[in-house]
Amino acid sequence: MDIGLNHYLVLSTILFSIGLVGVMRRKNLLMLFLATEILLNSVNIAFVAISHYYGDLTGQMFAFFVIAIAASEVAVGLGLLIVWHKRHNNIDLDTMSSMRG
Amino acid sequence: MEIFLYTALFSPLLGSLFATLFAAKPKLLIAGIVPTLLLGVSFISSSVLLAHILSTGQVVHVEMMTWMEAGDLYIPFGFVVDQISVTMMMVVTLVSTVVHIYAIGYMDHDKSFNRFFAWLSAFVFSMLILVMSDNFAGLFIGWEGVGLCSWGLIGFWYYKESATWAANEAFIMNRIADLGMLVGIFLIYSNTGTLQYTEAFAALPSLDNETLTWMGIFLFIGAMGKSAQFPLHTWLADAMEGPTPVSALIHAATMVTAGVYLVIRANPLYDLIPQVGLFIASLGAFVAIFAASMALVNRDMKKIIAYSTLSQLGYMFAAAGLGAYWVALFHLMAHAFFKALLFLGAGNVMHAMDNELDPFKMGGLKKTMRGTFIMMTVASIALAGIFPLAGFFSKDLILEAAFVNHHYIIYSVLLFTAGLTAFYSFRLIALIFHGEQRYKIFGIHPHEAYKFMLVGMSPLLLLAIIAGSFKMPYYEMVTALLPATEYHVHSVAVYWAMTIGTQLLAASAILFAYKKYARNNIKVPDGSSAVEQTFVYKLLINQYYIPLIYEECLIKPYRTLSRVFWKEIDQKIIDASVDGIANRFYSTGEATRDMQSGNLSTMLKWMVAGLVVLLSLAVVFAFAASHPDDIKLLLSGLGVQ
Repeated sequence: MDIGLNHYLVLSTILFSIGLVGVMRRKNLLMLFLATEILLNSVNIAFVAISHYYGDLTGQMFAFFVIAIAASEVAVGLGLLIVWHKRHNNIDLDTMSSMRG
Repeated sequence: MEIFLYTALFSPLLGSLFATLFAAKPKLLIAGIVPTLLLGVSFISSSVLLAHILSTGQVVHVEMMTWMEAGDLYIPFGFVVDQISVTMMMVVTLVSTVVHIYAIGYMDHDKSFNRFFAWLSAFVFSMLILVMSDNFAGLFIGWEGVGLCSWGLIGFWYYKESATWAANEAFIMNRIADLGMLVGIFLIYSNTGTLQYTEAFAALPSLDNETLTWMGIFLFIGAMGKSAQFPLHTWLADAMEGPTPVSALIHAATMVTAGVYLVIRANPLYDLIPQVGLFIASLGAFVAIFAASMALVNRDMKKIIAYSTLSQLGYMFAAAGLGAYWVALFHLMAHAFFKALLFLGAGNVMHAMDNELDPFKMGGLKKTMRGTFIMMTVASIALAGIFPLAGFFSKDLILEAAFVNHHYIIYSVLLFTAGLTAFYSFRLIALIFHGEQRYKIFGIHPHEAYKFMLVGMSPLLLLAIIAGSFKMPYYEMVTALLPATEYHVHSVAVYWAMTIGTQLLAASAILFAYKKYARNNIKVPDGSSAVEQTFVYKLLINQYYIPLIYEECLIKPYRTLSRVFWKEIDQKIIDASVDGIANRFYSTGEATRDMQSGNLSTMLKWMVAGLVVLLSLAVVFAFAASHPDDIKLLLSGLGVQ
């Protein structure tokens, strides 16, 4: 059996769903970052697969951008996470509600 | 010459702005002196312009800048100094300067001294715009400016209920008339395509008579409001609520003369429609006798003088309506001098009497107020038209004009009014200055006004005496623009009979007033005497019940209607719908504020929900875009186009 575009897209969808569930259900900030990474990478898989399918490099270039931005975002996010942990000694999402309207 | 024109026009504005700087501050003498000096500068510039026009006869015309330019419409800020406007400028600036000097003394103890001068100079500036503009649009700006400033000055003591009421009445009455004026201006523009006086008047003879008649009528409605002609006259007497210098200014120089000026300025129009002219003359004669009759019994010093102004305005309109424009302008000028003098004198009396206005409570003031007594007596003689004072020349000319034009009814009405005028003027003088000192009962200690106020008034005194001698030079000058009709009674005998007859009538009316009111046993009327019980007296003291009729027939129904609109339409429909929309937003916000729990996890869940919604919409629209025909079929099946 050849592995075609559909397989990649199905994989991407499955990963995206996993990431989405993680974003909604997880209460740990670190786990939330991991879930976000899964979301971004699922999209990357779809980009690269479609790019390869059409023979157009734009999608693959886009994936690189996503990876770069995701890396910097995690760097900033982890920095904030460490500061938060030093101050409050936990990284539970439910305690972060100073923006309550 | 242009520099003098600009100086004359803009120095009152400068003075007004200067006083405005200190408007909210406590009294500063300089805020009164600077506007007065600037007005003096304006007066000197006007004199230079007058000398220029007298010597060369050339009209000074400038176009300062373009105001409006759109398509065929072109309205510049243009100003013209010709024989008519220079006469008005002289009257306005001279009387205003005197009134300003006087007001420095009169408003001495008022805490809004600075604000008063800001308004007063702005008033003069508006009037100068009105008389100097070379087109109807500029005239209208001045017209409205005068209305606004009169509102601010009549209601100057705004903490008095009656003052604000009078101010609003004056403003609203004028607004009603201004609507007519605007319609007149629109008619002129739509028929001649221009608002410049010269071009518009040149185009008039080619128009048909009906259009011209409507133009004349609507412009005259505007004039009726400003010059307080019947039935828009009630505001003038109520305007006495303002400080006395304002009354002097309104009655002598600015505001009420504007209507007469408009009719004189539009003389090419009114020459073409003699039927409207006759109506104006008849209304003028009617107002003359109507106002004089109300002045006969009134017990408010300032209102008596106000009714006399109304009556004299009637004379001016009678003259203008009969085509004797130069006579009307001459009477306007002469009247300005002695009427301002009369009002300023009345202001002195008011100050002396602690703001008491009832002349029955005064009496015998000639001992303590010698200067004021002389000035007011001279002004009253001039008003009564006794030779050789100013009123004799101007008022007799009006009578002659009516007689020569064979309008004998108008003539006899005006003649009879001349007798009434003499009577009520000297009734006032006799009650205030002669007889016994009745004010002692009320514990008042009168004192003469400041010296400089009396000195400031003296130019008016001089002019009230000699203004008649300007008649011939004035006639030579002004007939360059106005129809030069000399009014000579053909038979010499008739002429002398008329003149001496008028003099005798006025003189006997004066003697009668003295005999009746200069006695020593005058009592303050309390409604018990036989005269006060008569119907005529009640009719006159209640101003023919006209204010009452207006109150009952116009104001009350209007108030009821306004109340209905307020309670039923405004509150129940407009307010309710606006409030309803606001409340809807408010309750939606209340209901959805739980979303903003501040919990990151909840927010993320909402984000995912939003994503799902947007995605499904994208899918639906993508589907719809790829199957447009099926969608159309589906929609038409549902009854949608």
